[in-house]
Amino acid sequence: GLRQLVWRFQVSAALKEGRVTPTELCQRCLALIKSTRFLNAYITVAEETALKQAEESEKRYKTGQPLGVLDGIPIAVKDNFNTAGIETTCASNMLKGYISPYNATVVQKLLDQGAVLLGKTNLDEFAMGSGSTDGVFGPVRNPWSYSRQYKEKSTPKSHSEDEESNWVITGGSSGGSAAAVSSFTCFAALGSDTGGSTRNPAAHCGVVGLKPTYGLISRHGLIPLVNSMDVPGILTRCVDDAAVVLGSLAGHDPKDSTTIQDNFKPFELPSLPDVSKLSIGIPKEYHAPGLSSEILALWSKAADLFKNAGAKVIEVSLPHTRYSIVCYHVLCTAEVASNMARFDGLEYGHRSDVNKSTESLYAATRREGFNDVVRGRILSGNYFLLKQNYENYFIKAQKVRRLIANDFLKVFRSGVDILLTPTTLSDAVPYGEFIKEDNRTRSAQDDILTQAANMAGLPAINVPTALSERGLPVGLQFIGRSFQEKQLLTVAKWFEKQVKFPMIQLEVKRHNHDVFQHQKSASFS
Amino acid sequence: AAARGCGGAWRRAWQRGAGGPGPSPRGQRAAASSAGGGAVPVGRSGLAPWVPVVGLEIHAQISSNSKLFSGSQVQFAAPPNSLVSFFDASLPGTLPVLNRRCVEAAVMTGLALNCSINKKSLFDRKHYFYADLPAGYQITQQRVPIAVNGSLSYSLCIDNKMSQMVTKTVRIKQIQLEQDSGKSLHDDTRSQTLVDLNRAGVGLMEVVMEPDMCCGEEAAAAVRELQLILQTLGSSRAVMAEGQLRVDANVSVHHPGEPYGVRTEVKNINSIRFLAKAVDYEIQRQIEELENGGTILNETRAFDSKLGCTVPMRDKEGKQDYRFMPEPNLPPLILYDAKSLPANMNDQQVVNIDWIHERLPDLPSVKRAKLVEQYGILPEHSFALLNEDGLTEFFENVVKQTQMKPKKVIGWILNVLLSYLKQHSLTVKESPVSSFMMADLLNLLEKKEISSTAAKQVLAELWKGEGKTPLEIVKEKKLELIQDQKELEQICQAVIDGQENEVITMVLG
Repeated sequence: GLRQLVWRFQVSAALKEGRVTPTELCQRCLALIKSTRFLNAYITVAEETALKQAEESEKRYKTGQPLGVLDGIPIAVKDNFNTAGIETTCASNMLKGYISPYNATVVQKLLDQGAVLLGKTNLDEFAMGSGSTDGVFGPVRNPWSYSRQYKEKSTPKSHSEDEESNWVITGGSSGGSAAAVSSFTCFAALGSDTGGSTRNPAAHCGVVGLKPTYGLISRHGLIPLVNSMDVPGILTRCVDDAAVVLGSLAGHDPKDSTTIQDNFKPFELPSLPDVSKLSIGIPKEYHAPGLSSEILALWSKAADLFKNAGAKVIEVSLPHTRYSIVCYHVLCTAEVASNMARFDGLEYGHRSDVNKSTESLYAATRREGFNDVVRGRILSGNYFLLKQNYENYFIKAQKVRRLIANDFLKVFRSGVDILLTPTTLSDAVPYGEFIKEDNRTRSAQDDILTQAANMAGLPAINVPTALSERGLPVGLQFIGRSFQEKQLLTVAKWFEKQVKFPMIQLEVKRHNHDVFQHQKSASFS
Repeated sequence: AAARGCGGAWRRAWQRGAGGPGPSPRGQRAAASSAGGGAVPVGRSGLAPWVPVVGLEIHAQISSNSKLFSGSQVQFAAPPNSLVSFFDASLPGTLPVLNRRCVEAAVMTGLALNCSINKKSLFDRKHYFYADLPAGYQITQQRVPIAVNGSLSYSLCIDNKMSQMVTKTVRIKQIQLEQDSGKSLHDDTRSQTLVDLNRAGVGLMEVVMEPDMCCGEEAAAAVRELQLILQTLGSSRAVMAEGQLRVDANVSVHHPGEPYGVRTEVKNINSIRFLAKAVDYEIQRQIEELENGGTILNETRAFDSKLGCTVPMRDKEGKQDYRFMPEPNLPPLILYDAKSLPANMNDQQVVNIDWIHERLPDLPSVKRAKLVEQYGILPEHSFALLNEDGLTEFFENVVKQTQMKPKKVIGWILNVLLSYLKQHSLTVKESPVSSFMMADLLNLLEKKEISSTAAKQVLAELWKGEGKTPLEIVKEKKLELIQDQKELEQICQAVIDGQENEVITMVLG
């Protein structure tokens, strides 16, 4: 059926040929969103505006003047991008009910090219997390939890443990977007990627997750986590789709001074990619403690694939990678402390009733508006920025960041074209297991393989590779040279063709009832 | 109105003597520190001299159409919150975009103040919570400012004598670009604070002057010169009353040969006259405090212009840690000169220091030197001319239209016209007497058709602005000089006859 279509070659063609209309497509996605509501992938579904946009698109197709391949394509956007007229919450009490007066540049670009915005997807509060479990609207459930593949392979430990406690997390923080793409409720989604927030959930949900080079895509309108590392991420079901979305978003934005000045030319990927002339680097440091043997095996299998295709595969070293976590912690929390300072309850967002003084209003507003994770990061960040600590923490972390970036530069200068690494240490874990550890510990573990690319600003992509023994997706990551997205995506496409990642077989019908109850309770907690 | 002319400012400041408001009612004022001469104020004991040290931090609002990092308009006295962009209100997801005009204004100012311009400067965030600072931080240039190591020469009179001018130099530590904050209006009766963000994000140049000054008069003269320079460049309108030029003074005193004393920062100074007062008050207060065995706290004090004294400002949080951090959304600000300018660079995307340098207008010091040279007037006259907006042009126009020597004309302009203007609080542009009429009048005087006393009478008539020419007034009021001796004798006799008693008294006396 339609849901099985990857879009670039099928849906686009179907729309053009009139085999399906944008309105039909939109309606089917909206219906699917409803029937998969238990996934909690969406915070807001913009049904009305989506149908209107679809109608407009339909008119364009009827007059033979579609705006391009994106016209009429249903998309979803992570709820930390500003969308005019549609609530933007960051999954936080602080911004519950906040309606932005403007569109993020990436949102505007998608709309300008005719895309249909279905809604805003769930995330960890202010994108701080790696599970999509720590938002005020409750956790996102991994669609693969409800797949035939998972059910067949996972064996409940006892009969009392039903599937309700067996569902696995999506990863995060763009878990809502990954789940939305994975469950066919949209054809592409925007995430954001600061330490792996697009690639990590992409790996766990079996979709393509692209983190472009820092500066290639505008951050204007993306509510920041770490300005110096944030990049809008792209989640799709295949590499070609990611290339199309990238082409529609990339380029200079006068509203974001960190975007590149040069014109970006959208590209198409070769239909028969060739990797035989490439040099693929295998960074040994990514053989990290805690890496599952399954993933390790897949990783070397992937290396063999390249070898067999005639590529040069060499082990390389990125010696400073192991300092990445602690370095990230300092830089991230420092910027968080700074970025969150604006949420004082005066201009917008939550405002506490406590009004004894301006200071008490600030304090109460921020206590009520932010969860523990956000408050914890604000506290540590402010600590690192104190005059007496700045040199010892922030400056040092910046130096380490430079060393990490230089590691990559050296490797690429030595002739390596692309790095091949795992994206995550293991497949997705059940929610019950995941929440046993605190957010900081989990983030530190989960970001370990993805974060260095953000430190260095490099483009990286997760390509779904295989199913684990438990029937859950596992992905591998490719890291490319700055602004060499075309090469990166070409390699990713070649790899995608080799591994033939299986389609999810989603069984949705039964879950709606109990999960609806769960959601209710979540929103009251 | 703009601050008074500098002569007036420093004269006034130093005429206070014992009559000035003292720091405490019982406190007898220590011997007044000598103005401008660099001499050292003597303590009450007369034994231990004190050296006052004054440094200034000046915020000049950049004259530009739009704000430093957003497209909102800059305008004084617009309706509250009518000039606020999404960025100015710090809406989540908004990013700063640097205004090129503000960069050029800072470069211009830096060059005019003999600074070296940093080809690469950086922006930082300075954090503090305040209702009129919506982002919770101010974007400024803490680490590497746009201009450093400059100097400003200014002149002032010794002992109030216009004829004894000395020129001094204050080092400029740096000029940094930064955002202005909004305005908080506190309504105490309703215990409300109202916030106006029109000013939030307007570009400021913070000019940091090294503590090279030693009294209020020097500080006032330095700021006046800076104000003139900014106005000449057009980089700031620099009107203190409109908050476009804000001066904070760092003041300390110490004994010669000893390290600097603890300094206080005096804020809330809104005219040049008050600057001199505030600084001198603070110097005296510190000396008295120390002489009475007290200590000086490192605190911020506000100048109360009504009481003429400084008072401690309520310091809510004690020591502030601004938690500076690089602004991650702005790449380093790169400036070019003719040498470093890349060939393929779009002119609209670069700021070329050399290009700006070549187009700098004549600075006040150059203008003054030219006036002295061209018209043979005294240096102090050139200062007086430049101090009033439009007065130089007025003077030059009069000179062009009259046979009177510029040296004589200047007296009429400065002593007569200017004091008229001052008395009526008018600017040169508002003068009811045009340069043309003034020239006419001086021509009558020059041709000896009227006396200088009569000329003053004519001027008084002209002032009424009734549209009569000087000649008409002379005729009407019969003010012509009488050349006929007989006629004069008759007049004298008539006067004597009419005042018999006085004549007798005089003769007897």
